[in-house]
Amino acid sequence: MWDNIAILTAAPVFNIQLLLDGLFIGATFALAAYGLALVWGVMNVKNLAQGDFVMMGGYIAWWLGTQGIHPLWGLPASIVIMFAFGWAVYVLMIRRVIDKDMFTSLLATFGLAIVLAQALNLMFGPEVQTAESDFPIRSYFDNAVTIADIKLVAFGLCGLLALAVVLFMKNSRMGQAIRATAQDARAARVMGIDTDRVYAFTYALNAAICGAAGALISMIWVIQPFYGISHSIRSFVIVTAAGFGNLPGVIMAGLGLGVMEQYGGFVLGAEYQQATVVALLLGVLVWRQIEMRRHRQVVQ
Amino acid sequence: MEKFNPKLHLPILVFGLAAPFVVPGLTIQVAVLWVMVLFALTWDVMGGQMGYNSLGNIFFFGAGMYICAIVQIAFITDVGAYTASNGGVRITFTHQEYFMGLICGIIAAAIGSALIAAALGWTVFGLRGPYFAIGTLGIALAAGELMGTWEWVGGGGGISMPVYPGSADGKAYLFYFLCFAAAVGTYLFCSWLYSTRFGLAINAIRDDEQKAEAMGVHTLRYKTIAWAVSAFFLGISGALFGNITGFIEPLEVAFPTVTFGIFMVAMSLLGGKGTLWGPVLGAFLFHFLKEFTWTYFLGWQWVALGVLIIVNVVFFQQGIMGWLMEKFPEKFGIVVEKKEAAE
Repeated sequence: MWDNIAILTAAPVFNIQLLLDGLFIGATFALAAYGLALVWGVMNVKNLAQGDFVMMGGYIAWWLGTQGIHPLWGLPASIVIMFAFGWAVYVLMIRRVIDKDMFTSLLATFGLAIVLAQALNLMFGPEVQTAESDFPIRSYFDNAVTIADIKLVAFGLCGLLALAVVLFMKNSRMGQAIRATAQDARAARVMGIDTDRVYAFTYALNAAICGAAGALISMIWVIQPFYGISHSIRSFVIVTAAGFGNLPGVIMAGLGLGVMEQYGGFVLGAEYQQATVVALLLGVLVWRQIEMRRHRQVVQ
Repeated sequence: MEKFNPKLHLPILVFGLAAPFVVPGLTIQVAVLWVMVLFALTWDVMGGQMGYNSLGNIFFFGAGMYICAIVQIAFITDVGAYTASNGGVRITFTHQEYFMGLICGIIAAAIGSALIAAALGWTVFGLRGPYFAIGTLGIALAAGELMGTWEWVGGGGGISMPVYPGSADGKAYLFYFLCFAAAVGTYLFCSWLYSTRFGLAINAIRDDEQKAEAMGVHTLRYKTIAWAVSAFFLGISGALFGNITGFIEPLEVAFPTVTFGIFMVAMSLLGGKGTLWGPVLGAFLFHFLKEFTWTYFLGWQWVALGVLIIVNVVFFQQGIMGWLMEKFPEKFGIVVEKKEAAE
């Protein structure tokens, strides 16, 4: 561990590599987490199937890649397919848990996560996969930093998608209806907004965002049927740290998580990378609790 | 505490005592059934009676398993050297060494798990609702990952448990009856616990925590004790299960968060949470369904289980006991006033 830290201080250029890798992967985390913040904030549904939606999007892009279609086309394909899938899931189950207590949605989506992970496993096998995008890999800083072009492309696409979602939420009628429902569902219903449709759209939009994040992850990183749960945990870490309705916070927390994970994996060893995510979750929860305790004391 | 009811308790006792002799081929499966009953009952102490839905109770199962294994090995040899050899060293235990190690291991597992629960309670019980569920899930997942990197206890390669010094049949019978006794013990303890002031206090926490606190219930103390009770019995079950499988490993055997960890929630919900008999009934049904799907739908068994959880949670949340109570309230001693029912 100390050896690895020594490497980082002796050759600062390694930091750039870790930092950039972290930012590129963190951008996709932030995208998926924004979807979670959306359903959590609007519908009060804690979607534990988030990471499995991401994996589904990844497998759509990867499968298109194996069929001879460039996986970048998988991005629009998975957005469309996942939107329809999200709508179907809403109609079949989420509609019925939306007004139940909070644990119900958590457990129901956990069941969904198990079904999806296993279905992916049966369809595509348990191997770790990467969608080949055939972009060149370039070196910078005297060959000390190597970056695949696809990572830059994916980073740009992440930004574009986030911008599109923000503009949609701000300007379109549906976006306004979603924000109105989030503020006060009952008042929105009185004003003639079909909240059921708004919920369905929100959930489908979340699935589409996850699908897009997954398609990008399949090109710049790896996918595997059972990696869904760690992506769900990541989304929860980000949303819990940032709070919902706080888009800059979600982006910062997402990028930060990506960077911290890279550093954790490098400094402590690759086997600790998963543990870093979970440890961060616990850290965030403890920190929140300390803050709550301070808040309670102030109130008293 | 529930009185002895021959119609209800006798068939279960007879089944439990006779099963390994009537169907010797299924001894281990029935032993696992008793472990499942224990799982569901301990989960319900928290989830059903106290309203704190934990997704990470499986952590204590794994903790008990590791504590018991370490104590059993430490009784005769150096733990680090034993795990480093990766099962290469076959130490033959004498009867006395083995049983002393096993007894001490089980006791240490139970007490150790309860102590860990009490220590964790400080952090975890500030979390409410979904944060609590996700936080406990995080603890179980983190424990599995961290155990996998701790070389002293075998790391990801796991530990081969000490070999039982008798015949294979003898081992099966011994652990079968230990599992049965653990399940019955848990049931009796829960049944006694719910009849005391403690049961009322944790029910009050479930119904309205703020009001309970305002009425002078030390909520944090009750919550911590309830968690420690769950952990105590889960530690015992982990110690027994580790010895039954004979090999323990962090991700699949000791901290199986997405299998056993979710099964215990699913079983309690299926049977009806917040009742004494619901978890037992749920465990029986669930275990039967699980063995059935494992035999006839191999490959799709997980999908079937996931669908069962979804259907259970979305459409049938009150569970079997809850449904029966709604349907036949008078059988459960609930008096429904005619006027109230008519409204």
